[in-house]
Amino acid sequence: MIVVELIKMLGRPRTWMIIGMLVTLPTLVAILLAVTDLGPRPGTGPPFLSAVLSDGTLFPLAALGVVLPLLLPIAVAVLGGDAIAGESQTGTLRYLLVRPVGRTHLLLAKLVTVVAFVLLAVLVVAGVSYAEGRLLLGRAPATGTVSLSGSTLSQQELTWRTALALGYVIICMLGVAAVALFFSTLTRSAIGAALGTIGLLVASTVLLGLDAASALHPFLPTRYWLAFVDLFRDPILWRDVVRGLVVQLGYLTVFTLAAWANFGTKDIDD
Amino acid sequence: MTSLASTNGHVIRTQALTKRYGELRAVDGVNLDVRAGDVYGFLGANGSGKTTTVRMLLGLVLPTSGEAEVLGMPMPTARLNVLPRIGSLVESPAAYPHLSGSANLALLDATGSDRSRRWTRRGKIADALAQVGLDPADRRPVRAYSQGMRQRLGLAAALMRKPTLLILDEPTNGLDPHGIHEIRRLLLELNAQGTTIFLSSHLLAEVEQMCTRVGVLRDGRLILQEQLDELLQPTGLVAVHTQDIGRCRTLLGVTVVSVAGNRLLVRAKDPGRLNAYLVNEDVRVDEIGPYRRTLEEVVLDAEARL
Repeated sequence: MIVVELIKMLGRPRTWMIIGMLVTLPTLVAILLAVTDLGPRPGTGPPFLSAVLSDGTLFPLAALGVVLPLLLPIAVAVLGGDAIAGESQTGTLRYLLVRPVGRTHLLLAKLVTVVAFVLLAVLVVAGVSYAEGRLLLGRAPATGTVSLSGSTLSQQELTWRTALALGYVIICMLGVAAVALFFSTLTRSAIGAALGTIGLLVASTVLLGLDAASALHPFLPTRYWLAFVDLFRDPILWRDVVRGLVVQLGYLTVFTLAAWANFGTKDIDD
Repeated sequence: MTSLASTNGHVIRTQALTKRYGELRAVDGVNLDVRAGDVYGFLGANGSGKTTTVRMLLGLVLPTSGEAEVLGMPMPTARLNVLPRIGSLVESPAAYPHLSGSANLALLDATGSDRSRRWTRRGKIADALAQVGLDPADRRPVRAYSQGMRQRLGLAAALMRKPTLLILDEPTNGLDPHGIHEIRRLLLELNAQGTTIFLSSHLLAEVEQMCTRVGVLRDGRLILQEQLDELLQPTGLVAVHTQDIGRCRTLLGVTVVSVAGNRLLVRAKDPGRLNAYLVNEDVRVDEIGPYRRTLEEVVLDAEARL
């Protein structure tokens, strides 16, 4: 079942269009930076972007920082929201269930598929932006990349820290995927489920800007998304990364269970 | 409640099967009884609860109360064991619009635990498509299919697993008369080979032509369930079509049961002798014969008796 869902996802033109969209924005940023040579001043703008003009190897991270706050979560919300509601809309859900496919099994396959999509999207964005950084932007200093704390990182260290950062981003998106999947079991409209998820993320972002809501901040899904930046400090600043993981795993658990509880006993009468 | 013993010969049995949506009883205490080898016509107007019943039989909708047993096993508890042996068409066929018909069947086949081996799958798909009159070599996406073709594809999906029970909701929907004839013949052929068919429909004529047994649902209640030939057996009445209605009435007196247009229903044992008598009396008989009710009349009658 999981294999079938993966084949379905990879065979959809939509998947590749979304990934294309995700790659376009960092590419545009890289071109603009290369042409104008105008980076944001250090400490402003998306993370790493001020550093990439001198060190192009950091551009994959800058690219993730560019797509993570908005584009990637929207893509995940759209795919996750489509997972059950989309099958319901085309009427194929009932034929899957009488095939029979177990309902829990189906949910699991859908969740794994969204994760696979995130993995694919993140890797494609990282890969393409790595090439762009090498070709268009500054060369790394021969001594190695400078960390955000000013010390030098060896190539090896940079590689595993990047891998960690990619893993962190994927787990953040897993939280979004679980929320979208839950909404997808609630409604028959794939767009409705996607919009519900995006609405939740927008609300979270708005509350983050509000001091009166500071008591809520540690529990908001978007609060620690950009904490992967801390992985490039020397020594690594683990606090926010760990908190981010806990929050995301919390969202993942709660919403996956809610989706399971709702879908497991739901009347399929579309 | 007594549990339903698994009895040989019963393919579908339900006991007081009920589905409530708030105050509305969509299905209300239905006791279905479908036997092996039946072509069971499940009749009812739109909104009478047919589809909800079908969905409960397939484990898609959970009953509020009552029990259902399909192929001798309780539903929905045993759904993973029961459903692989059932082919179904629920309300309308559905397929992924961007894929071809055979790609859709391949995906559907691969999702089940009883999926076929890769090297036999192609042949099974080609067989199923050919069976319903679709071209296995057709590479067009389902998006480009006509409604009739989609209907045929849905049937192919139901037939591909060689089911012992077919549960079909309006299977000839969207087909032209030729297509209807073809599908009807295919279903009867499958029935002759031992497949039990549960056919839900609002087309009385279709049910009358195909079915051996009928159940009629109205407002969620099963108001009639009987062998078709028993329902349509001779009534002991003779229908006489004549232009001399008046004369005929006086001649036959109290044996005339009803008059409608230029047709009289007469209580008589032998149409032949009645004919001889009338002709002898110079009544111009246009048509005469034993009167059988149509299924439509049976159903209307059952509804009127409520």
